[in-house]
Amino acid sequence: MHDMSTHAVPHGAPTSFIRKHVFSIDHKVIGKQYYALALLAALIGMVLSWIMRLHLGYGSLAIPGLHLLSKNGAPGDVMTPEYYLQLMTMHGTIMVFFVLTTAPFAAFGNFFLPIQTGAEDMPFPHFNMMSFWVTFTAFLVLVASFFTGTGPTLGGWTQYAPLSAIGDVGGPGEGLGVVLWAASIAIFCIGQLLGSLNFITTTLDMRCKGMSLMRLPLTAWAWFITSIMGLTAFAVLMPACLLLILDHVAGTSFFRPSNAVINDQVLPGSGGSTLLWQHLFWFFGHPEVYIAIVPGLGIVSHVLITNMRRPMLSHRVLIYSMGALALLSYMVYGHHMFVSGMNPVSSLAFSFPTLVITIPSTIVVLIWLGSLYGSRLRINSASLFALGFISMFISGGVSGFFLAQPSIDIMLHATYFVVGHFHLVMGVAAMFGIFAGTYFWFPKMTGRMMNETLGKVHFWMSFVGAYCIFMPFHYLGIAGNVRRYQAFTDDYLIPLIPVHKFITIAALFTGFAQLIFVYNLIHSRFWGKVAPNDNPWEGTSLEWSTATPPPHNNFGDKMPVVYHDPYQYSVEGASTDYVMQTSTEQLKNTDEEK
Amino acid sequence: MAKIFAVTIILIAIASAIPIVMHMWPMPQDISTHGYLIDEQYTDTMWEAGLSFLASQFLLAFFIWKFSSPKPGDKIKSFPGGAKGLVIAAFLLVGTECLALGVFGVKAWASVYFTAPSANAMPIQVQAGQFAFYFRYPGPDGTFGPLHPDKISEANANFFGLDTTNDPDSKDDIVTAEMAIPVNREIHLLMHSKDVGHSFYVPELRVQQDFVPGLDVTLHFTATKIGKYEIVCTQLCGLGHYNMKAYLEVMSQEDYDAWIKQQAALQ
Ligand code: HEM
Ligand SMILES: [Cu+2]
Ligand SMILES: [Cu+2]
Repeated sequence: MHDMSTHAVPHGAPTSFIRKHVFSIDHKVIGKQYYALALLAALIGMVLSWIMRLHLGYGSLAIPGLHLLSKNGAPGDVMTPEYYLQLMTMHGTIMVFFVLTTAPFAAFGNFFLPIQTGAEDMPFPHFNMMSFWVTFTAFLVLVASFFTGTGPTLGGWTQYAPLSAIGDVGGPGEGLGVVLWAASIAIFCIGQLLGSLNFITTTLDMRCKGMSLMRLPLTAWAWFITSIMGLTAFAVLMPACLLLILDHVAGTSFFRPSNAVINDQVLPGSGGSTLLWQHLFWFFGHPEVYIAIVPGLGIVSHVLITNMRRPMLSHRVLIYSMGALALLSYMVYGHHMFVSGMNPVSSLAFSFPTLVITIPSTIVVLIWLGSLYGSRLRINSASLFALGFISMFISGGVSGFFLAQPSIDIMLHATYFVVGHFHLVMGVAAMFGIFAGTYFWFPKMTGRMMNETLGKVHFWMSFVGAYCIFMPFHYLGIAGNVRRYQAFTDDYLIPLIPVHKFITIAALFTGFAQLIFVYNLIHSRFWGKVAPNDNPWEGTSLEWSTATPPPHNNFGDKMPVVYHDPYQYSVEGASTDYVMQTSTEQLKNTDEEK
Repeated sequence: MAKIFAVTIILIAIASAIPIVMHMWPMPQDISTHGYLIDEQYTDTMWEAGLSFLASQFLLAFFIWKFSSPKPGDKIKSFPGGAKGLVIAAFLLVGTECLALGVFGVKAWASVYFTAPSANAMPIQVQAGQFAFYFRYPGPDGTFGPLHPDKISEANANFFGLDTTNDPDSKDDIVTAEMAIPVNREIHLLMHSKDVGHSFYVPELRVQQDFVPGLDVTLHFTATKIGKYEIVCTQLCGLGHYNMKAYLEVMSQEDYDAWIKQQAALQ
């Protein structure tokens, strides 16, 4: 057990506005800043998806005001083919990096990891502050590419070389746009590396008296595992982006092949390889999708346990499964490259771990289902989104069976089947995790409650809407509908256009529901009902034993001491149906973790 | 609320399955000799994944329905078999499923990638470039002349960069914008990219293969059904990506012979 006083970095509460709200070193403020950034990014990403969907469903439809965003990209408010790809690239990049990595991991993790471990703050608070501002800078750099003459890059969030490496001859945005993209991502990586370092050391070194590793809540475990992935994955993406920038500004040839010809001109460059980029990118990219989803697994477990009034069937099995997911995620990345031209034997080698990784995922789902059995389930916005997450995670997971097999991937690779798969399992599921966490923790973060009725309306519209958008994507993919197309002009794709129209309407409907959420969030923040007490959901972990919102050093003058497992609900013989970790009540007949 | 939720989950699960069961938007027909292996693999997977999908969604819905309105005195019950049982079940069910799919899947994959083209397979070269495919047939001598990237000229319609004055092998090469092949004859496709990454996808032929700039990639297949199909690009290659396509005509041997003669005359 660690004694706080030897590790704590004492810092008094700041007094000036700037130190309190802008350049704050308080992990809670930083967590909220990350949340705000994710919210802004999600709104931008969503509006981009609306514009894309309108274009896909209704072709040359003019979208009033679009020319204000780009005169070249949307002359007369009608989108050009290249502008579709540019917006698509920004949509994907913003969603993956600035929403799915920041909200469940950096935002909630920053706010709650130190509290759940019983720490006063993170061990390197200045690094932590830097991590947010570096990430924010990365966001500005990315958004800046909207306002360059040729606009953002059109190469997709995967930014495959050599298209990304040859400069403006490749197409609009392939020069400056790519450089800004790669710079933004490289900066982003620095921010996440700093953050991960803090998360790991907080978990290992800052736990309060009595808080053994196995007594950490599942959320803390999820963030801990995610930060280890972050440390290793972003450390690979950053150099890859730097090499890509060098190809643009220093005349190097990491990703430029020999003898590429565009406009009858042989381009400079020799020996560079697209496969090198793909290996580097996916070595990061696959762990990245787990970075996006593992915090969600933790949040959903945490929210469900509180609302089921019982611990999961096994705490340890869930932790080991998340660990196994993290470990395996490095061995499967080649499943993105089955038909890339790499050695076909490698495809089989990458296919087996991909099939194997479905085992820990299945275990997680079965443990959730088995724990629901015989529980005393409470239905509220938070638990609805947590249960919705399970449904989405299942739906998105089963399509993985298809894509994991190279022979079937021959048919489904680069089709809408893939788009349906990753949106359900990573996009929607992770968003549902964020929503569950928001409805659940909002009182602790702000001292006020969110409106439950609006929360439920938000849930119903999102749940039905998301299925209406993303299930049909699978059918399109099976019929051979290629992705990253701005229009469907091939003979065999034309009959599919009505499906695209349906999806567009569903997307607008679902998007509207998100506006209800934003309204609820902002309204409740300022005018919501004041939280009735420090523990409105009758939870057990440390965040519920401190004040609401928590004081600057998290626990006031008295550091917590932990006596119990994180989830002692419905323990026989206890005075209430929940026993908090800090409770000194003696429990009979339990085999608690040490 | 919980009961409506449970019913909604079940309705969504059933509604999701209907288009699959009814074949509303089916896979394009298969016109290849190896495609049936892929299709069998796909159908097996659909059964296994589809049943897992329905079973777990139903279970989720059922538990939400059953356990969301506990009476005051209700005790927490534990799932029979507990965590251990579920872990074992996951290993057994998913483990065998994975093993089965993985092992059988090798056969389909091997049929495309681990067999060499037969000796009398017909070689055709395909070049992908922003935003068109071009095809080259070796002509009567059966040999492709060498490529000279610096000689590529769209204006002179020298798409491959051939030097017909100095390279004798190139003199009879036939370059086309459309791909025609005889039915039931194995094709050995030699793929290279002129500029960036592209891909060669013919859903009916059950092939998809990326072009790798700087690397020669090959593919072989046999088409079994006369008809006109589309070759589309599936690797994001720039602003015209959506429009990058060519037609594949599978012809009888006689039609093919006439076609190639006609193309040779046009060179
Ligand atoms: C309002 C809900 C959303 C809609 C309607 C939507 C729609 C789309 C569409 C139409 C595409 C382009 C597909 C293509 O042309 O290949 C796309 C791509 C993408 N979306 Fe979404 N999306 C939504 C939410 C999200 C979320 C929450 C994420 C977070 C993971 C996300 C991540 C991506 C990614 C990574 C791509 C790939 C971009 C690329 O191909 O480079 N989307 N989305
Ligand atoms: Cu992956
Ligand atoms: Cu292409």
